[in-house]
Amino acid sequence: MLGSALELHPQVALRPEPFGALAYHYGNRRLVFLKHVDMVRVAKDLGNHPTLQATLEACDIAPARWSSFAKAFESLQSSEVVRER
Amino acid sequence: MDETTSTIATDGSELVAEPELVETELLVEEISIDGMCGVY
Amino acid sequence: MSVEALVSQLKGGLDAPICLTWELTYACNLQCVHCLSSSGQRDPRELTTAEAKQVLDELRDLQVFYINIGGGEPMVRRDFFELLEYSISQGIGVKFSTNGAFIDFEKAQRLAAMDYLDIQISLDGTDAVTNDAVRGDGSYAMARRAMDNLKAAGFGPFKISVVVTRHNVDQLDEFKALADSYGAQLRVTRLRPSGRGADSWHDLHPTNAQQRQIYNWLLAHGDNVLTGDSFFHLNALGEEPLPGLNMCGAGRVVCLIDPIGDVYACPFVIHDEFKAGSVRDEGGFAKVWKQSDLFLELREPQSAGACSSCGSYDACQGGCMAAKFFTGLPLDGPDPECVNGHGEHLLAGIELASNPKPSMDHTKPVKTTPVRVTLGSTRKPVSVS
Repeated sequence: MLGSALELHPQVALRPEPFGALAYHYGNRRLVFLKHVDMVRVAKDLGNHPTLQATLEACDIAPARWSSFAKAFESLQSSEVVRER
Repeated sequence: MDETTSTIATDGSELVAEPELVETELLVEEISIDGMCGVY
Repeated sequence: MSVEALVSQLKGGLDAPICLTWELTYACNLQCVHCLSSSGQRDPRELTTAEAKQVLDELRDLQVFYINIGGGEPMVRRDFFELLEYSISQGIGVKFSTNGAFIDFEKAQRLAAMDYLDIQISLDGTDAVTNDAVRGDGSYAMARRAMDNLKAAGFGPFKISVVVTRHNVDQLDEFKALADSYGAQLRVTRLRPSGRGADSWHDLHPTNAQQRQIYNWLLAHGDNVLTGDSFFHLNALGEEPLPGLNMCGAGRVVCLIDPIGDVYACPFVIHDEFKAGSVRDEGGFAKVWKQSDLFLELREPQSAGACSSCGSYDACQGGCMAAKFFTGLPLDGPDPECVNGHGEHLLAGIELASNPKPSMDHTKPVKTTPVRVTLGSTRKPVSVS
């Protein structure tokens, strides 16, 4: 996962919320809460970096948190909110 | 991501640093768009 | 943040609803005995097409992803398709609830050609006898015909929505089989004593034993069955909570816009007590959602009140506001269908006639047969057209 090149699915809308954001996939109608503002920053920045890890680094996410982020993006991939590009 | 580093102590024994604590955060949660009370 | 923390964020309300119910009209071709909106006759104050589109523009700006359209019978509105298409064009997905009367094959084809559209057909029995007792003569056939037309037109998966009553609870397996036969998704929801439901609730609501039956059935077979999160009061029956948020979304993540533009906490509390404002007020829907006194109050932490000494409160959350309100029970106490019996005990002391009545009644007057439902002195005299 950390080495994957990812992007937000084009049918996904991100709506900011106080604690993070709501992601809605218009195609499959899945609704996911991104529960931390850092998660939102990273999700929005995916397309600008060659890998997830590079995105985490660019977004100043501490390495101790990377496994949580990787797990979260795996989950987003399984619901098609993000996909490999 | 293990970052155990070793240095040599003054008596020659090896010091092993604690691995950085890995935080577990639940960063995403899916809910069903049809799973909210108060809609048709 | 843990799972619990997310739910407490949601209980505190969001800057915009996640989805909402919009009753387009009080007009209806049916007279279901339990109608939550007491529908039948069009209200002359209905939102115009232009006003409706303005509301959709607001919802678009708030990034509401999805609306549930209902009524009355929404397809009765002449601008139904116009509003449907406008909503979708603005990026707002639509699910509409219908009795199916107007889904002939041609309409089914038109609907099948649309994207970001979901259809929910109401059905309260797996045979005409059971269903029509609640929804009226011919309504079962009407619903089945609509389903057949949607299938033939290649609409894809639609939803069948059932209000669970004392008389259809034994048909849950058959409902599932029916939905499977169409490739449709079954939805079962709780009967609330709202609208005309207030009068029929005491005869129709499931018994204690049946509530357990519903809970067990959902745990065993409810994998692909939707509940609209309406059975969380049953969570107190066991260790395993039913899937869903298990919280009341009213005024926090969902609300109702009624046919005349009034905004209520949810479709089951169409009553002044739960009216937040109107889309016709200055500031429109957005201001009502973000700043109305009612919604701000609902977003405050709620106290368990009389339920605080009961170990089940965490699981059942004190049940449903609408169920309590319309059976005359205090909101900070047990649900009338409290599985521990605490509500039943209180109900025994309440006189039916003193319960809150719906604010409006759009039931059509019945000309030749005695009126089956009486809603007391709040019912305005209507001229027979």
